[in-house]
Amino acid sequence: MQFDPFIIPFNIGLYFILIYIVVRCVIWFLDLSRPDKLRLQRGFFGIAFTQSLKEIFMESLIHRKILKTNLRLGYMHMSLAFGWFLLILFGTIEADIFGAKHLNAPYKAIFFKFFNPEHGRSGFEAVYGFIMDLILAFILSGLLLAVTKRVYSKIVGMKKTTKLKLTDKIALTSLWLIFPSRLLAESFTSGAYGTGSFLTGTLGTWLATFLPAREMAYPFWWLYSTALGTFFILLPISRYMHIPTELFLIFMRNSGIRTGDKAGTYTEVQTYSCSSCGICIDTCQLNYSAGITNIQSAYLMKGIRNSYDISEIADNCLMCGRCDQKCPVGIELSPIRMIQRRGSEAGTDIRNIFKGYLRSRQNAITETIPVSSNYKFLREQDSEKTDVLYFAGCMTHLTPGIKNSMVKILDASGMKFRFMDEEGGVCCGRPLMLAGHDREARELINYNSQMIWKSGAHTLVTSCPICYKVFKESYYLDVEVLHHTQFIRRLIADGYVKMNFLRKRVVYHSPCELGRGSGIYDEPREVLNHVSRLEKTSFEDAESLCCGGSLANMKISSRDRLKISADAAKELTRRNPDILATACPLCKKSFAAATQTRVADISEIVAEALNVGHSKKVNDSRSIILKEIANI
Amino acid sequence: MNKHVIVIGGGVAGLEVAGQLSNMGIEVSLIEKEPKTGGHLNKWYKLFPDRRNSSEVQSYLARIVHNNRIKLLTNTTIEKFKKGRGHFYVTTNNGEVLNADAVIVATGFDLFKSARKEEYGYGIYDNVITSADLEEKFQKGDIILKNGAVPETIGIIHCVGSRDEKVGNFYCSKLCCVTAVKQAIEIREFLPDSKVFCFYMDMRMGGAFYEELYREAQEKWGVSFIRGKVSEASETIDNKLTIKVEDTLAGRPLKMKLDMLVLMAGMEMSEGGVRVAGIGGLKTGENRFFAAVDNHTGSNRSNIEGIFYAGTCTAPMNITETISHARAAVVEVIDYLKDGK
Repeated sequence: MQFDPFIIPFNIGLYFILIYIVVRCVIWFLDLSRPDKLRLQRGFFGIAFTQSLKEIFMESLIHRKILKTNLRLGYMHMSLAFGWFLLILFGTIEADIFGAKHLNAPYKAIFFKFFNPEHGRSGFEAVYGFIMDLILAFILSGLLLAVTKRVYSKIVGMKKTTKLKLTDKIALTSLWLIFPSRLLAESFTSGAYGTGSFLTGTLGTWLATFLPAREMAYPFWWLYSTALGTFFILLPISRYMHIPTELFLIFMRNSGIRTGDKAGTYTEVQTYSCSSCGICIDTCQLNYSAGITNIQSAYLMKGIRNSYDISEIADNCLMCGRCDQKCPVGIELSPIRMIQRRGSEAGTDIRNIFKGYLRSRQNAITETIPVSSNYKFLREQDSEKTDVLYFAGCMTHLTPGIKNSMVKILDASGMKFRFMDEEGGVCCGRPLMLAGHDREARELINYNSQMIWKSGAHTLVTSCPICYKVFKESYYLDVEVLHHTQFIRRLIADGYVKMNFLRKRVVYHSPCELGRGSGIYDEPREVLNHVSRLEKTSFEDAESLCCGGSLANMKISSRDRLKISADAAKELTRRNPDILATACPLCKKSFAAATQTRVADISEIVAEALNVGHSKKVNDSRSIILKEIANI
Repeated sequence: MNKHVIVIGGGVAGLEVAGQLSNMGIEVSLIEKEPKTGGHLNKWYKLFPDRRNSSEVQSYLARIVHNNRIKLLTNTTIEKFKKGRGHFYVTTNNGEVLNADAVIVATGFDLFKSARKEEYGYGIYDNVITSADLEEKFQKGDIILKNGAVPETIGIIHCVGSRDEKVGNFYCSKLCCVTAVKQAIEIREFLPDSKVFCFYMDMRMGGAFYEELYREAQEKWGVSFIRGKVSEASETIDNKLTIKVEDTLAGRPLKMKLDMLVLMAGMEMSEGGVRVAGIGGLKTGENRFFAAVDNHTGSNRSNIEGIFYAGTCTAPMNITETISHARAAVVEVIDYLKDGK
């Protein structure tokens, strides 16, 4: 049997990490809710399995998404992950073919050169050795980038790289040591025996000219084994836990498991899957406009993993969702932040390092002062039934231009409508939800729901994307909820209103809550295209910027907000359009304070383009809905 | 002294500077972008605190230009600016190149564009006007609504565009409080049957005889002062305005129906000033006004030697302060022309 004491550190590390990962996965699985368990089981034995394998190959090894956003950074990740994978794969095959027997213990593949120093002389062996050297060179090139990135992050096209904690630094050092020590160990051995290919062979021969290669090799084999062992042992308490966790995450996601509004296995798996690559830092407007560099999602994940006090981090975020779109691992960053916000007000500090401590901390119930709200001070609504209900929302009341335009459009359409909160009403509830106060929000939701039910309307139109999202997702309504851009598009398409063409150059800013939040990108653009000359910006659809006015951030100062608004407005108006159009009263207000360009809501542009003389005057708006149903 | 000074801006500060320099025998070119000098003052009815007719100050300033040999360039803006060995070369929009030994910037202020506070409905609702619009109505002598009716209840909102982080103006414009008091009294004079409500954050009556005027408004004219910032205004079907405000002294929310709403627009760095700052490489502060090198002992000096500031292009000021600041600028210029070169 081939054995040498230097393999012990590697073996300890390897078996430790294997057992750890299996135990961890079993615990995670057991902690899943029943439906999620079933989902995962079904996913594991169904189509999702092949999908997951494909995704693991494309994302965990090749790092396709990072490559797409940043070629150099992607190459760095790919060379380390895919290269290492190839090295293990080809190493195992090598040991299998050329070793003493088939099916070897892992260490024989890893330290193959040590146990078979004479290997590589015949032609076939030399070709194989060449492949192995090529893979090693591939990894080393990525490593070189990684080392340089720590000092000079611009080398991979990044403005900022993540700050690390101590164990991460030690793990990082051991990771960095693995490949150079392998290179030197193999080179010395090759030099001593006159084997090795273009990399190890050449280096080995050269080193052997002035160093005692045979004696020098042995310490480097020790170093190689120790680096590997240390890395494996530190894995669970460092950010490199993301390597095994991400595989589990991919299986879970492809089985249809989602974050939801409570912390659980899935949020835990997601937090551990974060590799701290830092892409979320570069994409964050708080970073590049306001210079706030410690609250980005990578730090949130790090904070949760290490159970730091992160209420500041959780609350200082615009919740624009740009990082969700960019995250190469596909972590649902904003939902996790929301969970953290709900729990962060409770002062519980349950530390059980074995399992579940994250969840009990995150899901801790916030203590609230019991309040009984009644809204008797609001005027009783008239009981006459209506078809369309228009809810302006509090922000729209602060931008009366939008409100008036909507009334004008509704009047012109001839529809039977009622302005639900014309004389004031209660909030839709979303600001409270964004602050983590779900129970208080529920009271508002109940009040509004009753109003809507009583009205007899079949369509609820809202001008504010914040209200739209909450009506759509958190209310249980039997009416159709539309944002006014969707409603207007339908009015135009069905001929309820006729439009003149405005000879104006318009750019469209897609509001976070409407675009990334609710997936409505096309309708606003179609309406604008119909009435004006719509031009493209570099921030279309999911790439859209945040206006800076977000209700979700309660920590940021007005000065920083203005900086974000001004930067975003500057980017959007780069080509001097006549109008900067948006579809959210909050965006409108934020931009109006930050740019000289005219800022207008789509409803205002439409009201301006309204050809009142030619609108179809009908009182039966049922037909429009019937048409819709027929289309479905 | 055979010297030539360019004054940019023909408002109160610019005219005063030009007049004083000219009195001392210095050749002055006065550049004004409008067809007429006088600035904001032309549109003002009466002045606080003594409610003297603004035309008196206007004619004082007009005499300055008339009596002295000042080269007046109206309808003129500056396009290019060059400094070379103690000389300034200013190119105007008419293509004329002026050569001067020193330059005084007196570009003044712009009123905050009230449409930016959309929640008050300026430009959207019929009967929401600004303090400047009201002065025009006073000059014409008819305080009427858009539909010709006489307003009965009038609300005045203080701090529109001042002390308002959301519009990016952190500073106090200083004059709007006393302007509101003055205008409230004048409304009551014109319309003895009307009721006037002022909605304020703090009453800043830090000037000679301001506090007396404030007291008079309450005791003699029955103007109501309510502490609280109006959150929004909306128009009702009968063409009235409903405002929402929190009465912070009574500690409760308030809803009120009004016929007319007057917005006390604050003062901002003028657009012309922003242009001049860009062309001349002059430093501006966080409040966007020109930044003087020393707030206490050198409020007229700019970051470029030979260029001086006068008046409200550096901060909100009333007419008294503007004229004092302009005369101080004259001293700085004379000092500079004598020793500086």
